[in-house]
Amino acid sequence: MPKKYDTPLLDELEKGPFPSFVTEIKKAAARSDMAADELGQLEKSYRDKRGYWKHGGIVGVRGYGSGVIGRYSSLPDQFPNVANFHTVRINSTSGFFYTSQFLNEMCDIWDKYGSGLTNLHGSTGDLVLLGTDTANLEAIFAEFSSRGWDLGGSGSAMRTPSCCVGPARCEWSCIDTLDINYAITQEWQDEMHRPAFPYKFKFKTAGCAVDCIASIARADCSIIGTWKGNIAVDQAEVANYAKKGMNITEEIVNMCPSKCMSYDGKELKITDADCIRCMHCIAKMTKALKPTGEKGASILVGSKAPFVIGATLSWVIVPFIKMEPPYDEFKDLIRKMWEFWDEYGKNRERIGELIIRKGMREFLEFIGVEPQPQQVKEPRRDPFFFWTEADLQK
Amino acid sequence: MEKEEVKKKIYELVEKSTGKKKLKSSDIQKTVSADAGISRDEVKDALRDLVDEGKLIYTYFGGSFVEIPPQQ
Repeated sequence: MPKKYDTPLLDELEKGPFPSFVTEIKKAAARSDMAADELGQLEKSYRDKRGYWKHGGIVGVRGYGSGVIGRYSSLPDQFPNVANFHTVRINSTSGFFYTSQFLNEMCDIWDKYGSGLTNLHGSTGDLVLLGTDTANLEAIFAEFSSRGWDLGGSGSAMRTPSCCVGPARCEWSCIDTLDINYAITQEWQDEMHRPAFPYKFKFKTAGCAVDCIASIARADCSIIGTWKGNIAVDQAEVANYAKKGMNITEEIVNMCPSKCMSYDGKELKITDADCIRCMHCIAKMTKALKPTGEKGASILVGSKAPFVIGATLSWVIVPFIKMEPPYDEFKDLIRKMWEFWDEYGKNRERIGELIIRKGMREFLEFIGVEPQPQQVKEPRRDPFFFWTEADLQK
Repeated sequence: MEKEEVKKKIYELVEKSTGKKKLKSSDIQKTVSADAGISRDEVKDALRDLVDEGKLIYTYFGGSFVEIPPQQ
């Protein structure tokens, strides 16, 4: 197909050492009118310094309220092939493991029904298919569901949960992130596909505090693997690290956020009672240090990108919970949180914003979790404390 | 209450609010369960049937809502 549009501004984004999405769209545009018009509209957006997409509306597949995001060009006469350019979200696998057979099939389906452009993976964690027409949606859904795949979450619903590779590739994972992710997906199919929440709700599961999935910044509920025991130290390996040039004082001891370590040039000592299990030292000295004792997870709540209030990171609600199938304790906790959100949340208010608005005390009382020091996100800024009637009678 | 009756109540509620206020699934669950004296799960179940049958649809306008599909 001959080149349809000149794209001098987008061409700039092909320069430099990194892979370029423009290059990929150009490749797709060579055989897809939809991708070609997408390129044209994007160039115009860069030129005019404004977006030309509208989103939302009533597109979807029957029975589902999630998984398809309606996108429309606001310049349909100028770019008719992207007049409808809907996004389809396919529920991704735990840890993003796919067979090459599936990836081939997925690309074939998408070449047949869509623009050929994909996004693996979107920031929600879904396998994202970019750009198709309303008339193709049911057929696309049939193709994927007949192969055992399902749509992901969108709208005011539980979003497709995602997790790090966990024990599949990483020996430091304190929990089976893949199984937890799968269990969440199966348990709350209704919550994912039939939007009934005040706004979106995201789960992300990380095997340890290194948090490769960035759950602490991106999930309304972050499940982060942790442990209860001490950090076992292999002093011979510590000596090896020092011998190979690691400055243990600078790179390990001084970087410890709770200052629970010391090193005298011979021995690395850890005051485990003061350790906050951030994983920094273990990640740096994988051969010398390892967590021991009971494994489980911390449950954190509330991170989100800016909206009603600015960006927030998750904070601890439950410092330690065993995460073993069938995860009943965890599921009950989540249901209580959702009940609180359903009762008091306003339209488009994330659960973290609601907790900030209503206060941690009310939230903890509602979900039946005792206040604990680990839940303190930052020191109080106002000197007043309001005792409840029940507090006064204690 | 029979499921068909619950479905009728849900549909009537959505129909009545059309053009005035967009209803979220949770609004419907709260209202119908309170009016009919049944559990929210029963309302949810009936609502699921209505959506599966195509009598109601989910829409997205800065939040997810339940509406009557537009006439073709």
